[in-house]
Amino acid sequence: MMTESEKQVQQGLTEGYNFAYLDEQTKRMIRRGLLKAVAIPGYQVPFGGREMPLPYGWGTGGMQVTAAVLGEQDVLKVIDQGADDTTNAVSIRRFFSRTAGVQTTERTEAATIIQTRHRIPEAELKKDQIMVYQVPIPEPLRFIEPSDSETKTMHALNDYGVMHVKLYEDIAKYGHIATAYAYPVLVDDRYVMDPSPIPKFDNPKLDVSPALMLFGAGREKRLYAVPPYTRVSSLDFDDHPFEIQKWDHSCAICGSDHSYLDEIIVDDSGTREFVCSDTDYCNQRVAQQEKQ
Amino acid sequence: MYVAVKGGEKAIDHAHHLLAKKRRGSTDIPELGVDQIRGQMSMAVARVMTEGSLYDEELAALAIKQSAGDLLEAIFLLRAYRTTLPRFAASVPLQTSEMQMERRISATYKDLPGGQLLGPTFDYTHRLLDFALMAEGNELPAPAQEDLQAEPCPRVLEMLEKEGLMRVEKNTRAEVPDITREPLDFPTNRMQRLQALARGDEGFMMALAYSTQRGYGRNHPFAGEIRIGFTEVWIEPEELDFAVPLGDIEITECEMVNQFVGSKTEPAQFTRGYGLAFGYNERKAMSMALVDRALCAEELGEEITSPAQQEEFVLMHCDNVEAAGFVSHLKLPHYVDFQSELELIRKMHAQDQVEDEEYSIQEKRA
Repeated sequence: MMTESEKQVQQGLTEGYNFAYLDEQTKRMIRRGLLKAVAIPGYQVPFGGREMPLPYGWGTGGMQVTAAVLGEQDVLKVIDQGADDTTNAVSIRRFFSRTAGVQTTERTEAATIIQTRHRIPEAELKKDQIMVYQVPIPEPLRFIEPSDSETKTMHALNDYGVMHVKLYEDIAKYGHIATAYAYPVLVDDRYVMDPSPIPKFDNPKLDVSPALMLFGAGREKRLYAVPPYTRVSSLDFDDHPFEIQKWDHSCAICGSDHSYLDEIIVDDSGTREFVCSDTDYCNQRVAQQEKQ
Repeated sequence: MYVAVKGGEKAIDHAHHLLAKKRRGSTDIPELGVDQIRGQMSMAVARVMTEGSLYDEELAALAIKQSAGDLLEAIFLLRAYRTTLPRFAASVPLQTSEMQMERRISATYKDLPGGQLLGPTFDYTHRLLDFALMAEGNELPAPAQEDLQAEPCPRVLEMLEKEGLMRVEKNTRAEVPDITREPLDFPTNRMQRLQALARGDEGFMMALAYSTQRGYGRNHPFAGEIRIGFTEVWIEPEELDFAVPLGDIEITECEMVNQFVGSKTEPAQFTRGYGLAFGYNERKAMSMALVDRALCAEELGEEITSPAQQEEFVLMHCDNVEAAGFVSHLKLPHYVDFQSELELIRKMHAQDQVEDEEYSIQEKRA
């Protein structure tokens, strides 16, 4: 029989740490918080967030959620700005390879857990998939009201007038709502929620999604969730309906005219090109085109 | 094809390698030992232990070595290690009146039981560079004439309490909250506040303390007592019904005497600000005591007018691991969000242009 630590060494795992870094007690505490979050969609559950070996603001909340729900059979995908190969995505993926030894993937369909920063993949999510969002500021009302005790009361009383006033003031000043990412949503007709800083382009993907959406804010020590098949609507007005971003360009690599595009400056005179922000989606399209 | 931050995997490996080289510096110079840092940079070790919330001189010294002297990074390393440790007990309250003191001063009494003991201090040194330290193999400092140490003696504020002049802080015997296990929930109690301040950033704490002195939440402080030395830590294990000592730790304790509370029915009493830090860490303990007192404003019925008195502002921003992390995360790519903003600002420009054209057409017609 091998001891636990011999097994770890054999699998190339980091010695002296539990599976997926956090101890089981902590993971259980986080899972309890997540269960509450799922039971009250969009409600922010305080939790005893731990220090992680990555800095706050770099995905510690998402990492704690991933660590808490990760099992040995899971296949993990990590994206940042939609891409699998951005440095922080690489770093977090490696962290779980090292501490949990789980299989990782870049394919959206192949993943059981997808930890993300700032995007929802273009490919449709399936049931049994879990999206884990890294959240910097979980409180959608924070920039209107800085005090936590105040915003807690506003949520409890369903008092979201200030948010509508803010959106109205945008329209009065700019002609339309001037929020392009972290665009507030109403979950299950009850709680106003910050969908994390995803572009508003991705907001419709939250609505009635078959996947479970978990949100973790490490520094602010809050968890929240959108269970599968839950109504998620972006706040708007009848005469100013919610709209998503559109581009006059197509992806320079795969030709997609319907995905979220990143702008790239390709030479010193500022010539611009546009490419898919979701690298896996782009690669899959290219592979398919080559087959045909 | 060009895509920014491609090849992250390789870049990270190279960066780690370069960092290791940078940390080591020139290999012509012998490597710094953890024992040297522990022995000769004890003030840095004290700060890292205090804000890292872990009393372990050796690990703190290791963290300083690993972080190439970046103390905030060292604090972060120690915190990330601490978080994985099991928590088996809370200690019995420290009896600082039993402290083996290496330094003890009071600014409120010229002489007092137990006396004043300057001990090792930068106070009253002239800040002139000592070029003799440039050379190696300096002679050992001459031993002091006798090993001066104050006998354990009661705390200054205890004496004021006995006279009925100092507000007595009652031991509620309530369970001690742990802000590292349960997130802060506002309004907080003093136990939670003191925990947060104890691990808070020294610089931030000092700036806030300074702001109270300059009138932003002034609380008329006197340094009632500062004592530095070794105190025993005792715990009461569940299976025993008596306490057992674990060992000694070096701490700095500061108690500030502040101006009165009282009413028609209650005689006026001084109030207290409290600061405690691991190791020799006077600046932090004093700053903490001033901020602690400022944060008692609400309980003492004072008007809250200044940043140092606002608990949400102070407690949510005093942790340098949280603050450094969130500030530094701006280095991470944000091009998806930025793209959203670009799209928005171009849309606004386009709209302005249309409006301008419409306006000039109207003008021409008029």
